[in-house]
Amino acid sequence: MNDTVHPLVMTTHAGDTAGDRRATRDQRHDLWFKRSMFGAAMLVLVLLGAIAASTLWGGGLAFKTFGWSFITSTEWDAVNNHFGAVVPIYGTLVTSFLALLIAVPVSFGIAIFLTEVAPPWLKMPVASAIELLAGIPSIIYGMWGLFVFGPFMAEHLSPLINDYLGALPFVGSLFQGPPLGIGMLTAGIVLAVMIMPFITSVMHEVFRSVPTPLKESAYALGSTTWEVVWDIVLPYTRSAVVGGIFLGLGRALGETMAVTFVLGNAQQFSASLLMPSSSIASVIANEFSEAYTDLHRSALIALGFLLFVVTFVVLALARLMLMRLSRKEGL
Amino acid sequence: MNTHERLYRKRALKNAVAMFFSCGATAFGLLWLAWILLTTLINGFQALNLRLFTQMTPPPGTEGGLANAFYGSALMSGIALLIGTPIGLMAGIWLAEFARHSRLGTTVRFINDILLSAPSIVLGLFIYTGVILPLNLLTNHQVGFSAIAGALALALLVIPVVVRTTDEMLQLQPSTMREAALALGVPQWKLTLQIVLRAAKAGVVTGILLALARITGETAPLLFTAFGNQFWSSNLLKPIASVPVVIFQYAMSPFDDWHALAWAGALVLTLFVLVLSLTSRLILLRNRSH
Amino acid sequence: MDATGIAHEKTKIQVRGLEFFYNNQRSLNAIDIDIPEKRITAIIGPSGCGKSTLLRVFNRIYSMYPKQEARGEVLLNGENILAPGYSMNRLRSHVGMVFQKPVPFPMSIYDNIAYAVRHHEKLSRREMNDRVEQALRGGALWDEVKDKLNQSAQSLSGGQQQRLCIARTIALRPQVLLLDEPTSALDPISTGRIEQLITELKTQYTVIIVTHNMQQAARVSDNTAFMFMGELIEYGKTDQIFTTPKMKQTEDYITGRFG
Repeated sequence: MNDTVHPLVMTTHAGDTAGDRRATRDQRHDLWFKRSMFGAAMLVLVLLGAIAASTLWGGGLAFKTFGWSFITSTEWDAVNNHFGAVVPIYGTLVTSFLALLIAVPVSFGIAIFLTEVAPPWLKMPVASAIELLAGIPSIIYGMWGLFVFGPFMAEHLSPLINDYLGALPFVGSLFQGPPLGIGMLTAGIVLAVMIMPFITSVMHEVFRSVPTPLKESAYALGSTTWEVVWDIVLPYTRSAVVGGIFLGLGRALGETMAVTFVLGNAQQFSASLLMPSSSIASVIANEFSEAYTDLHRSALIALGFLLFVVTFVVLALARLMLMRLSRKEGL
Repeated sequence: MNTHERLYRKRALKNAVAMFFSCGATAFGLLWLAWILLTTLINGFQALNLRLFTQMTPPPGTEGGLANAFYGSALMSGIALLIGTPIGLMAGIWLAEFARHSRLGTTVRFINDILLSAPSIVLGLFIYTGVILPLNLLTNHQVGFSAIAGALALALLVIPVVVRTTDEMLQLQPSTMREAALALGVPQWKLTLQIVLRAAKAGVVTGILLALARITGETAPLLFTAFGNQFWSSNLLKPIASVPVVIFQYAMSPFDDWHALAWAGALVLTLFVLVLSLTSRLILLRNRSH
Repeated sequence: MDATGIAHEKTKIQVRGLEFFYNNQRSLNAIDIDIPEKRITAIIGPSGCGKSTLLRVFNRIYSMYPKQEARGEVLLNGENILAPGYSMNRLRSHVGMVFQKPVPFPMSIYDNIAYAVRHHEKLSRREMNDRVEQALRGGALWDEVKDKLNQSAQSLSGGQQQRLCIARTIALRPQVLLLDEPTSALDPISTGRIEQLITELKTQYTVIIVTHNMQQAARVSDNTAFMFMGELIEYGKTDQIFTTPKMKQTEDYITGRFG
C-alpha cells in the first residue's frame, strides 16, 4: 500500500449538534415522503370508487325511470325517450363470447408453440410479432374490419354461412341473413383477432413459469411434447390459464372501436350472427355526443355503469386466478 | 403390431396432431397480423404526403390534412403524461418501497390492475360526469367539451401503466443497495429518488413509453371529453381535434377523400406505436447489457 | 463474556443481554460480548447461527424491516445505541457497513464516494476532492481509478467495486467498520487484496468481520467469536480459538465435523 496515505483523522463526535439537527430534519422529510407516496397510492383506490360512483349517479335517472325494464326491454328509442338495453347487452355478450371461442384455442396453440415447439431462433421473432399485434391501436382493427374484412365476409363467407349453416334445423336461425359483411359474426372475428395477442402473452408467461425440472423429468420418461403440455403444464397452470381467458373476456367486453365499426349500430333485436347489432360500448360511442335529453344521456351512462360492473367482476376474477399461480411459485 | 407399438403409434399420432395444430395456430395468428399491417400500409401510404402534416382537417370534397388533429393529440398526450406520470411514479414508489407485502399494498395492486384493463369508454364517462358537467355549471355553460377533459381522460389511462411498471422495476433493484445507502446515513426519501429510482431508470422510462403507446390510439374516452374541432386550437378549455377521433369520424362517413385521410392517419398512428415499442425494447436491451 | 486475553484491551462496543427477534421468533439469545477498539474481531459459525444478525445490530440496519426487533443493550462509546432516543443518523456516521455483494450506486466513481459525504458535511470542491482521494487511497483503489473518476462505477470489476464500497464507507470517517462476508462473492485474487486491505484498516478502525471462511478468520483477525444457533459459544484471541478451543462445539466446527 502507498506510503503516502494520510490517515483519516477521527473527528470527535461528542456534542454533534449539527448532526442531530440533520437527523431530525431527515426524519421529518422521510415522514412527508412516505405520506405523499401513500396519498398517490390511495388516489388509485379513490379513482376506482369515483368511477363506479359517478356512473351510478349519472345513470340514476334512467334506472329510476325504467327500473328493471331497462335491461329487459328491446326498445331503444331516442325519439320517444324510451330506452331498453337488451340489444346492446346481447350484442356485447355475443361478440365477446364469440371472440373468446375463436381466440382461446388459437392463443393456446401459439403459447404451446412458443414454449415447447419453436426452435430457439424462432421464439424471439414470433413472440415479438405477437406483441406487435397487441400494440396496434384498436381503431386500426376497426378500420381494417370496416374496409377490408367486412367486404371480404360479405363476398365470400357470409353467403356460404347463410346457405349451409343457415339451413340447419334449430340453430339455423343463428346463421341466416343477407351478406352485409357487418354484423355480430364479423365483429366477433375482429374482436377475436384483437384479444388473441393478450391471451397469448398471458398464457405464454404462465406456461413459462412451469419449473423446467418438472417438464424435463416428464420428457426423460419418454413423454411426447403434447403429453407434457396436457399432463404437466396445463394442470400446473390451470387456474392461471382460466385467469388469462377471463382477462381476454374483460378486454373484449369493454372494447369500443374494434367493434363499433363493424357491428352496425342496429337498434332492432336479431338473434342471427349475420345480422347487425350494437354493443354497450358502440351505443355509447355512437350516441353520446348527440344525446340531447337528460334521459338519453342518463340511459347511456347507465349502460356504462353496467359495463363497468360486469368488467370489474370479470377482471377481478381473472386477477384472483392469476394470483393463485404466483402463490404457488412462492412469490 | 403388438399392443406396445399400437399404443405408441396412437400417442405419436396425438402428438403430431397437436404439434400441427400449434404450428397452424401460430401461422394463423401471424397471418392476421400480416393482413392488417399490409392493408394499413398500402391504404395509408397512398394518402401519405406532406399535406397531412401541414393542412387542417377539411370538409368533404376539399383537400386537406390532419395537422390540427396531430397537434391536438400531441397536446393532450403531453398533458396526460405530465399529470399521470408523477402520480403513477409516486404510487409505484409507495408500493415497492413501503408496501411490498402488506395487505393494503396487495389491494392497491389489485385495483390498479383492474383499472389497467377497464373499458376506456367508461373512463370517458367518468370524466364527463366528474369534470365536464361541473365545469359546465361553474362557468355557466361556457366550458363543456374541452382539451383538458380529454387530457384528464388519457391521464387515467396512463396512471395504472406507470404504477405497474414502476412497482415492478423498483422491486427488481437489490435490497442491498438500499441497505448500503441507509448504512451511510442517507435518509430514505433521498436514497429512493436518487439511487433506487435512478438505478431503475431504464425500466421506468420504458413504462412511460408504454403508457404513451397505449394512449396514442385511444378513441373512446376522447369522443365526449375532447369532442373534436375542425380547426386548429390550442385552447385547453375548448374542444380539440385528435387523430383517433378524426379517423373514426372520417372512416364512418361516406366520402372517399375522407376515407383516404383516415387511412393515412391510421398508418401514422401505427408507425408511431411501433417506433415507441421498438425504442422501449432497445432501452431495455441496452440496459441489460450493462 | 469476558474472554481470555481481551480483558485488558480498550473496549469499543459492549453488548449486554442482546436478544433479537425475527417476527417474534428469537434468533439471538442473551449475547454478551466486548469488542475491543482498533482490532479485527471475526464472528464465525455455521449457516443460520446468527452471525450476520448480530453484525446488523451494530448499525441497526435491521430497523428498516418492520418485523425485526432487538432488545438488550449495545453500548458504543458508553451510549446505548438501542435506546429509542439514539439518533440513527449519528450511529451510521460512526459505524459503517460493507455488504457481501458489492453494490455501487448508479453514478460515477467520484460521486459514489462523495454522495453520502455531501449529505453529512458541507465541503468545498477542493475539500471534497481531497476526501475522495483519501477514501480511495484508504480503500487501496486510488491508483487504479484516479484517471477515470468520472466513469460509471459499474464499469469496475467485482473486486474493485467492493474496494469502492469500502472506500465509500471510510469516506465518512467512521469509528467502526462492519464487514458482512465481504469477499464471499469475489475471486481468490480480489479476496487476497481485500484481506490485505482489512489488516491495514485496523490501524484506524475497529473492524468486525463476519465470515463463513474459517481460514480467512484465522488469517485476518485478532479475536474470534464462535456462534451457534443464536448463542455465543466461545470468544477469545484468534490463536487460542483455533489451536486450543475450550468448548467442544467450537472444536467440532473448526475441525470440520459440521459445516
